[in-house]
Parts: sequence; C-alpha cells; structure tokens
Amino acid sequence: MKGMVTMQGQVTEAPLLAVEELSKAYPGVVANDGVFFSIARGEVHALLGENGAGKSTLVKMIYGLVHPDGGRMLLDGVPYAPQSPSDARRAGVAMVFQHFSLFEALNVAENIALGMEDPPPRGALSQRIREVSAAYGLPLDPERIVGELSAGERQRVEIVRCLLQDPKLLIMDEPTSVLTPQEVEILFTTLRKLRHEGTAILYISHKLDEIIELCDSATILRHGKVVATCNPREHSARELAEMMVGEILIPPRRARRTFGEVVLEVGGLSLPAATQFGTALHDIRLVLRAGEVLGIGGVAGNGQDELLAALSGERTTAPGTIRLGGREIGALGPAARRALGLLAAPEERLGHAAAPDMSLTENAFLTGAVRERLVRHGLIDWSRSRDFACRIIEGFDVRTPGPEVPARALSGGNLQKFVIGREVMQHPEVLVVNQPTWGVDAAAAGAIRQAILDLAGAGAAVIVISQDLDELMEISDSFAALNEGHLSTPRPAEGLSVEEIGLMLGGVHGGTTAGGTGEGAHADP
Amino acid sequence: MPILEKRPVPSRFWARGTPVLAVLMTMIAGGALFALLGKDPVEAIRTIFWDPLFSEFGFYYRSQILVKAGPLILIAIGLSLGFRAGIWNIGAEGQYIMGAILGGAVGLAFYPAEGWHVFPLMIVAGALGGVLWAMIPALLRIRFGTNEILVSLMLVYVAENILRSVSFGILKNPQGFGFPGSRNLSEYPAAANPDLIEGTGFHWGGVAAVLMVLLAWGLLSRHMLGYQIRLSGQAPRAAHFGGVNPDRLVLVCMGISGALAGLAGLFEVAGPAGQLSPDFNVGYGFTAIIVAFLGRLHPLGIVLAGLLLGLTEVGGAIAQQNLGLPAASIKAFQGMLLFFLLAMDVFTDYRLRPGGSRKEAA
Repeated sequence: MKGMVTMQGQVTEAPLLAVEELSKAYPGVVANDGVFFSIARGEVHALLGENGAGKSTLVKMIYGLVHPDGGRMLLDGVPYAPQSPSDARRAGVAMVFQHFSLFEALNVAENIALGMEDPPPRGALSQRIREVSAAYGLPLDPERIVGELSAGERQRVEIVRCLLQDPKLLIMDEPTSVLTPQEVEILFTTLRKLRHEGTAILYISHKLDEIIELCDSATILRHGKVVATCNPREHSARELAEMMVGEILIPPRRARRTFGEVVLEVGGLSLPAATQFGTALHDIRLVLRAGEVLGIGGVAGNGQDELLAALSGERTTAPGTIRLGGREIGALGPAARRALGLLAAPEERLGHAAAPDMSLTENAFLTGAVRERLVRHGLIDWSRSRDFACRIIEGFDVRTPGPEVPARALSGGNLQKFVIGREVMQHPEVLVVNQPTWGVDAAAAGAIRQAILDLAGAGAAVIVISQDLDELMEISDSFAALNEGHLSTPRPAEGLSVEEIGLMLGGVHGGTTAGGTGEGAHADP
Repeated sequence: MPILEKRPVPSRFWARGTPVLAVLMTMIAGGALFALLGKDPVEAIRTIFWDPLFSEFGFYYRSQILVKAGPLILIAIGLSLGFRAGIWNIGAEGQYIMGAILGGAVGLAFYPAEGWHVFPLMIVAGALGGVLWAMIPALLRIRFGTNEILVSLMLVYVAENILRSVSFGILKNPQGFGFPGSRNLSEYPAAANPDLIEGTGFHWGGVAAVLMVLLAWGLLSRHMLGYQIRLSGQAPRAAHFGGVNPDRLVLVCMGISGALAGLAGLFEVAGPAGQLSPDFNVGYGFTAIIVAFLGRLHPLGIVLAGLLLGLTEVGGAIAQQNLGLPAASIKAFQGMLLFFLLAMDVFTDYRLRPGGSRKEAA
C-alpha cells in the first residue's frame, strides 16, 4: 500500500485529498475564503480554529453536505465534488459527527444498518460488527439497545458504522467532547491503528493537548482563512492557541488565598427529574467555604442543569437541604436567593440566562433588579439599569454598539461575558455557573476564568459546573464529579491525576468494556 | 423555488408595516369575496371604509364608531397583556357577558332607588363578574394544567346560556309584557351610562378605555409587572430564572383581562344596549382578539386597531342594509384581517430568498 509511512514535512507523492481555494459564503458571513490543505494516506491531520472559524463548513463541503461556491477538491488526484453524503461515502469519505444521529429505541446493529448504503443481511452484519469492533479495540455488542449505551459507546457505534465501509478518509468532529479520559485513550488507540493501516484522519478539536498528542499536521483557520499549516508537535498548546486567536493569551492567575467560613452547605438534596429526558438528583452533599472554587465535572446530561436549577432556586426543595450562611434557603425562589447573595449563571445563554429579543439593559435588569436596587415601588429605574448594563459592558469588555442592542445580536462569547459579568458585578456571596466557557473563543474564555478567580480571590465562593476538565483543573480548588445525578465527594483538586478524575467521572460507566449499565455484558448468545 | 430564511434580527419595517399591508390585502381579498357574492366590490369596500366617516349621515355613524371601538379597545388592552405573556384568554366574550350580568344585576337590585353610589357599585360588580369568570380557566390551568384556550372559549357558551336564562328568568323586566330581557337601565338615571357629551358616542366606557390604554402603557414600559409579562412571553425559562412566578402571572393576566372585559360588558349594558337580553352580546370579545393582534399588542396600536375595527363594524352594518351583504360576510371580512396579519408576520422574522442553485440531494 503506497503512502503507508506517515510523512512529516514534504509530501512528494499525490495526497489522498487536496483542497484548493475552497470558498463558501453565507448571507452576511464568508465561512470559507480560499481554504487549502492536503492530507496524505495514513496521516492524522488536525483542523484547528475558534468557533466560527469555518471548520464545520469546510468538513461539510468535504462530506457533501454543503456545496462550495468556488475552488475544487481532488481525491486521489481526481476532481471530487460530492453532491450528497452518499456520494462522499461511495468515494470513501466517512464522518463521525459531534452530535450522534442514532435511534435510541433500536439496537446497535439496526442503527448501523440504517446508516449504510447497502447493508448486508442481519446475521452477517452482526458478525461483521463484532469482528470490526474487536479488531479496533472498540467493544460493542450489536444486540444492545442504543438508549442504554453511554456517550462513549454511542460514539463507537458511529465509528464502527464508518469503519464497516472501509473509508479512505475518516472525518471526526470534536470526538472527545463527550468522553471520559479513559474513553479518550481507547479512541486514540483505535485512531492510531487506523493510521497505521493507511486511513487518513481529519481531526477537528479545540483540545490542543490532544492534537499535539495525536496529529501529524495541522491546518489553522481564522475567520474562514488558513492562517498557518504546521506540525503541532513542534509547538506548545499556547502557541497553537495564539495562532488560532491571533493574539497573545495570558493564562488565568490566582493569588494564594485562604478559605474563610463555610458559606454554602448542601445536604441530602434529591430532586426528581423534571421531564422524561431529565436526570434526577440523588442525595447531593457539598460544603463550600468563602474563597473556594469547587469544580464539578461530568459528561453532559448527568444532572448539571438540574443541579444548577436546584441551587439557583428555579426548582425548590425542602428548606433544610440548602443553607446559605446557616440560613435555610431550599424552599426560596430565585429572587429571594439572589437577595441573600446566591447568584447563578445557567449554561444556555439565549433563552435561559438572557432573553434573546430584549436589550442588554433589560437583560441586566433580569437578575440585577434586587441587588442593584433597580426597582422602586414596583417602578423600574431604567436609567440606573442602563448604567448597570454599561458597567458590565465596560468591566467585562463586551463588544457591542451599546446597551440597547438585543441580546441575540451578540456573539456567543460576548454574551457569555455579559452574563457572567452581570452576576460577578453584583458581588455574590456564592456564584454558581454552568459551562461558563462553552462555545466561547479562547480569549473570552480566559477573561471569564480570570473573572471567576478574581471573584473567589475577593472572598466569594464559586461552583463551576463544566465538561471541560482542563478548565476545571485550571481554576478549581476542589473537584467533584456528577454522574447520573450522584455527586462524588469533593476532593482537593491539587494533585488529582487524570486517571483519578476519569474514575470519578466514569462512575459506573467504566468505559473499558461494554458494561455500561451493568446489563448487557452477559448478552452474548 | 424561493426559500424562507430567518433574519438575524426581526425587521422593524415589517413589524410596523404588516398591519397596514394586512388591511390592504383584506380589502383586495374582501373585494373579491363581495364580487363573488355578486356585489360591486369597489362600492362594498367604499361603503365599509368610507361611508361611515364621510357620507351624508357621517355625523351619526362617527358616534357609532366610538360606541363600537370603546369596548373593543377596553377588552383588547386586557387581552394584550395576557397575550404578551403567552397566556391565551380566548373567552373575553364570556367574561364580557358575566360582567354585564353581575353589574346589571346590581343596578337592577337598587331599582328604583336614586343615588350616586349605584353606578360605581355596578362598575365594581361588572369588573368582578369578569374576573370571577376568568378565574375558572386560570385556576384550572394552575391546578390541573388544563389549556386555558379551550376552557375560556367553552365558558363563553356557558355564559351565553346563563345570559339567556336570566333574561327569561330572574332578571326579566316585570313590566316587560312577557318579552325577554331586563328593565332598561339607560332609562334608570342612577344606573345609566349615557353619552358624556350628547351624540358623540363617548360614554364612561370610553373614559375607561382611555385610562386603561395609558395605564397599560405605563405598566409595560415602566412597571415590574409589565416587564415580567413581556419577559414571560419572550423567554419563559429566562423569566423563571429571573424569579417570575408563572402561576401568579396567570392569575394576574387572566384577572386583568377578565376585569376589563367585564367592565366593557357593564358599560355596554348600562349604555348603548340598555338592557340584558338574550342577544345582548354581539361578539366584541372575539373581535377584540383581532384588535389586540392588529394593534401589535401595543396600547397605542390597539387604539388605532380598535377604531378601525369599529369602523368595519359600522361600515359592515351599512353594507348589510344598503347592499344586502350577508352578516356572515362581514365577520369573514374581519377574520381575513387577522389571517393576513398573522400570515404577513412571517416576514418580520423571515425573508424570502430566490432559491437559485441551492438544491438538496435526497
């Protein structure tokens, strides 16, 4: 097989896929502007860039989901212009999406058959699934119902579906965002094996350490243009981030500090799931001291939203389950808790933390009404609200023409800075944030983390719920994991190893075998 | 094929312009409807929109427009608050009837005593009648999660039956020669609601409407409750996060809209209608829904929309009389207005793009 050897630097023979001057514009934004890169057989090529840099558009064009306005692609030296994903699959291009497209009520084999061009008969397919999954170290039982699988196992279904078609090029979009560290290791082993067999892999991620560990080359996009092509192993994560952002990044710094008195105590907090798809909370216990940052990790859907709602007061519980400064607040609503100093910033910016069509002034009023004294005798003081909005905009470098702009006109990062700033500026005793930097560019994420640390430095207690372990390790004093509504006992963050964190996160999702929920492991016929 | 594409920001032009365009479209489609009925469309449209204002009998018709617009505006203001919060009171007609019955009954109970206190007590009772009737769907929604649209609508028919029952029963005029209907309140000075200036059609209901327009304006722009109403309609989760109690908001919005509908009923029964009769209600509670939406749920817009719908009510009556148009065609005409308004509203949030090369493979 030609091109077996991975190549660093110059590629003399024809690459597997060459992308030349590819362009795509959407109304109001040029998503890709003259993008070029090439990938050889057996090469793992990273596509790097901030949100909105054009990575998704680029891979959608390669996979036939979006048609380019200009430029061309060559596959094996032959012009390649897929009209649809099935064209792409026939040509040997496969893709694993960030959001899985699986039917929860069907079993693994049925799901895989649905996504194939010409699925073999059921018995033969199940046999093939077992062979392929065993060969690549991705244990998967074809008879299990997808609804019972963990996120890592679901991803295996998608990967195995791709592998069954012997792809020449495998595209992976943010594959590790939902995985525990152990599951990431398994995935990487598989990808290395594929590379060794000559499969080219186009790897999209914003986790720079992973890219340095896994990838042979990288193309960096900024604002739809290629700004650099490099070997990621020759650069540090910071250098790569700076190439993505185009500016110098300063890591968050925290001053040495001592913790004060206990300000928040949660004990025996249980909450049934609000909806069919929600997660119930079971006997949550935690103690938070002034000046402490507690990081709560976990894969999405393990009770993060519910925990935030229980702490913010959107869902109430028995009075004694939550104590703020010794006072029982479990039965109080959000406004009353805010008055006492417990503030929160939910994950979903538009529609939950902020009203999309309301101005920044009105959104500043949303949570600032009580503590900033913006209401007098039921009447709203709009000029004070406006001042408050302006202070947030200024203090947190929110890029906006002014406070009268509707929230939905702001970019994700800017709105997130506004939402976090709005709570920080109110000097909370306790701040609870869920996914503070989700979908936020690197510069804004750094500013938000710094603000959280500064707040803790000033004596507030902070709970950060996040899926980003690097973020939690960077800012947390103590760490706990949320798994299926159970919170592990918080431990000091310093000195925690990746393995320990993975085990805390994994809970019963051990991640090494198909023993997800304990059932099904014995389902072998 | 052209495709609809979401605008990044809602278009201000379309948000303001759709009511005007909807009126024009209604004129065209309505004209076509009248032509199909064998009438001259131009004459029919002129009769509905022009004659009430500028014809020979304009002086009389103009006062009639105010008579019709008053209750429409009063009810629509109440409805608009709930609609903004996503609380859909469709049963204002029933609350209007119950306000008229309770308020009228209080007036009749005092008959023939004179005194300044009678009319104010009737006003209180009228509002109370509407509130109580609106509390039924509100409480059912809070307690059992029922749909307030269905419950409030069905209660209209219950209210109509109660109206029929009292008109033939306990509130029937003892000196009415056996005809159904109560005593004529407009001939009982302590309970009457006459024109404040003779011949203008402007009675206490008009005063209440103006007052409520101003109050609603202040409420929505300056008051905490108005903010909570807007917030709950636009982003319910954000409202909950902000500390709005959704159940309380249902009670308040249903209560306010019920109270204003009840007031409208009271002013009508004591004024232009004069008495409770089986056919006392003429659909103001339903037409007010069109008024609220046509006025963009904004107090000032509602004033304009109320006057316009008042105009079509009067013009429609003239067209029925002079051109022989069926009454149902006038209702259909008003319905078209709402239809076109809601249809055109798509362009506030979306724009049309020629499809061109964008073809999706199967």
